[in-house]
Amino acid sequence: MKLDIFVIGVGGQGIGLLSETIIRAADHAGLTVKGVDTHGLAQRGGMVTSHIRIGEDAFSPLIMPGLADMVLALEIHEALRGLNTYLRDKGTLVYYSVSLQTLNVRLGKEKSVTIDDISRECKMRSVKEYAVSREVPDPRMQNIAILGTLARERLIDSVEPRHYEMALEDLLSGKVLELNLNLFHSILAD
Amino acid sequence: MKSLGEMLLRKEPFSEIVMGDTAIVRAMIEAGVRVATSYPGSPTPEIAEAIASVPFDQRPFYFEFSTNEKVALEVAFGASINGHLSCPFFKSVGLNVAADSFVQLSMMDLLGGMVIVLGDDPGANSSQNEQDNRHLARLAYVPIFEPATPKEAYEMFLEAADLAKKHHMPIIVRLTTHVCHAKEKVGFGHWEPRPLDKTSRFDPKTGCYIPLTAATVYPMKRRALQNIDAVKKYAEDSPFNTTVDNSNKERGIITIGLPFLSLMDTLQFADSKPDVLKLGMVYPLPEKTIVDFMASHEEVKILEELDNFIELEIKSLAFDHGLKTKILGKKDAEDWIGEYVPEKVYQVMKKTWNDLLPETDFSPKGVLPSPRPPQLCPGCGHRSAFYAVKRALKGTDITVADIGCHTLGYLEPHEMGQVLLCMGHSTGTGSGLSLFNDERKVVAFIGDSTLFHAGLPGIINAVFNRHNLTLVIMENGTTAMTGHQDHPGSGKNFNGPTDAISIKKMLEGLGVNSVRVVDAYSQEKLTEAIKEAVSEEGFSVVIATHPCMLKFTREQRRKGKGVERQVSVDKEKCEHIYECLKVFACPTFQLMDDGSVITSKELCIGDGSCIQTCPVRAIGYQDK
Repeated sequence: MKLDIFVIGVGGQGIGLLSETIIRAADHAGLTVKGVDTHGLAQRGGMVTSHIRIGEDAFSPLIMPGLADMVLALEIHEALRGLNTYLRDKGTLVYYSVSLQTLNVRLGKEKSVTIDDISRECKMRSVKEYAVSREVPDPRMQNIAILGTLARERLIDSVEPRHYEMALEDLLSGKVLELNLNLFHSILAD
Repeated sequence: MKSLGEMLLRKEPFSEIVMGDTAIVRAMIEAGVRVATSYPGSPTPEIAEAIASVPFDQRPFYFEFSTNEKVALEVAFGASINGHLSCPFFKSVGLNVAADSFVQLSMMDLLGGMVIVLGDDPGANSSQNEQDNRHLARLAYVPIFEPATPKEAYEMFLEAADLAKKHHMPIIVRLTTHVCHAKEKVGFGHWEPRPLDKTSRFDPKTGCYIPLTAATVYPMKRRALQNIDAVKKYAEDSPFNTTVDNSNKERGIITIGLPFLSLMDTLQFADSKPDVLKLGMVYPLPEKTIVDFMASHEEVKILEELDNFIELEIKSLAFDHGLKTKILGKKDAEDWIGEYVPEKVYQVMKKTWNDLLPETDFSPKGVLPSPRPPQLCPGCGHRSAFYAVKRALKGTDITVADIGCHTLGYLEPHEMGQVLLCMGHSTGTGSGLSLFNDERKVVAFIGDSTLFHAGLPGIINAVFNRHNLTLVIMENGTTAMTGHQDHPGSGKNFNGPTDAISIKKMLEGLGVNSVRVVDAYSQEKLTEAIKEAVSEEGFSVVIATHPCMLKFTREQRRKGKGVERQVSVDKEKCEHIYECLKVFACPTFQLMDDGSVITSKELCIGDGSCIQTCPVRAIGYQDK
């Protein structure tokens, strides 16, 4: 099995947790996996990406542009960016449809990206699209909405919901773990 | 939750998914490092985060964040000549700061050995350049291991530690950004804790430790060169030199580190694959291994990131051995620039042998939203400070940036900070800009951690030579950009409480006569303070202070206190002046298609520093 997943969002949205959970879930499922966060100046508000590579034949932790099988995005502008830079045609896009405007949008130099913009692009490139808009108790749990969707739709072969749970248990504890697991389970039941 | 600290201290072997930086810490423990030192800088702060996961009283070695990389290296040096294996680690440009001491190391008898972990940054992911530190290492006769993966980082560190202890010498393990941060499953070995031997072994007779005139420098230099020869023998037999045999008599590739991984991904697209020799050490090179590989191929491509460091060495080897092999090195400036990520290596290899790979287009498809550079966080005191300072200056005045979160002030719309060299340069550069300059005021910025790191000599010079400029110290109480490490003004060090150095008192002690302290949120006061300061003759300082709000909100959250209130824009009052969006520019403010302004519930932390900026008072608290 070979699956390259490109994760993209805005600093502060919890990309690191999302990506490490997927890496650990894949490992729990017995897959060979590696990845890397490319956060640069790790400040809130900048673009943050993460690469996950599943399979024996992946050498670099980094995916080549245009060759990702799947893009996970935590924000709508970044969803379009991930789609048009890293996703291959006929790939899968999962994104959370919150909007955090880029500086140019806030300065009035550019229009906001809309759900329609993404859908149009996905149709053109035969990309399977999952727009997640589910309400979460805390904005910092939007990453779990993506994770829950991955698990519910079985988007990564042989990684089952219990593997994601085990990964979350590796990384979180106490009240935070409980809240995240509760949300994860309720998304599975959606 | 898995406990990283518990894992790092396991005696029995185990495997775990870790990043390169974490793998290094387990290697330090297994190798018996006794003293580790650092100054925070990407891509290495995660090494310290992993160290922090081991409780202080269980930590098998001493660790400190020193005030800068040079001091970190010197602390490690002192420990090493006293008999302890030591490990300083820092980022690429940190080696420049440490250079004055670093270049002396190989001449010294480092009784306990020393492994320097260097976080180089090809691609300038979070640095002001992408300098190739292999040059500096060679200049100082310090061998370099170059791992490609977290697993290799761990294994090479152990080898480096053995060599360093055996030859009483410094050895570099050179990581690059995506080796530091790559995550994969690494199998770790057994750890046998050894009791700490507190015997002080420093003896001035062990080696000559005073390099002064040729009489002592020559034998010391000879020692360094003999050690390099010894390591050259090791490099030849190193298990880290590996070949990928594709039975290709015509084409071979010699490579190293992360570019090897990119190459292996690239070659999956090639029908006829060249043979590959991957080296474990970049300096000194395993000459026989390289000569044998070259002799058995008609053409050999040297694939290396940044400069043509091994290429030149290999060309001279080929000359010495009279080899007829065609050596293909770097072709143009682009080959010297940027990280050798897979798509870069694809393009470099395509340029080398056009028939090797199919045409591929890596450029984006369709339209892209404009870039999203990092920016000051909601509630950041620096934003308030920049907003206030800008109001005090004329458009023609000159502002000098320094390294830190506040560097981001150079971006629009603040555009505060127009020139940047490196840590601590701002007062010196500003002083030079102020010469023969009666028309334009000069304002330099510096953060508090950087002030302690490298800012003082420039300040002392400004006092000493009576320069005419204003320095704004952007004080937030922490080293924010690299993940909130404490600094000498914080009142805490890595290991516990310590006396905080008062910046104001320090400046007064240095003879700075004009020092003003203003909370950055008091924007009108700060504007006035800057106006007064720049109108004075001579050197003046304004300390714009406000705690880092990212750190503050995280700490609140840990205490179970979320954001209790947020601001909102009153649509009735808002006159679409857009001061909040376009001048103050907190990312919380979002511009709607109908021209109205809303605030983001994801981003607003309820600090309220924006309220005073609205000319029509349309921003106010909205209780949750």
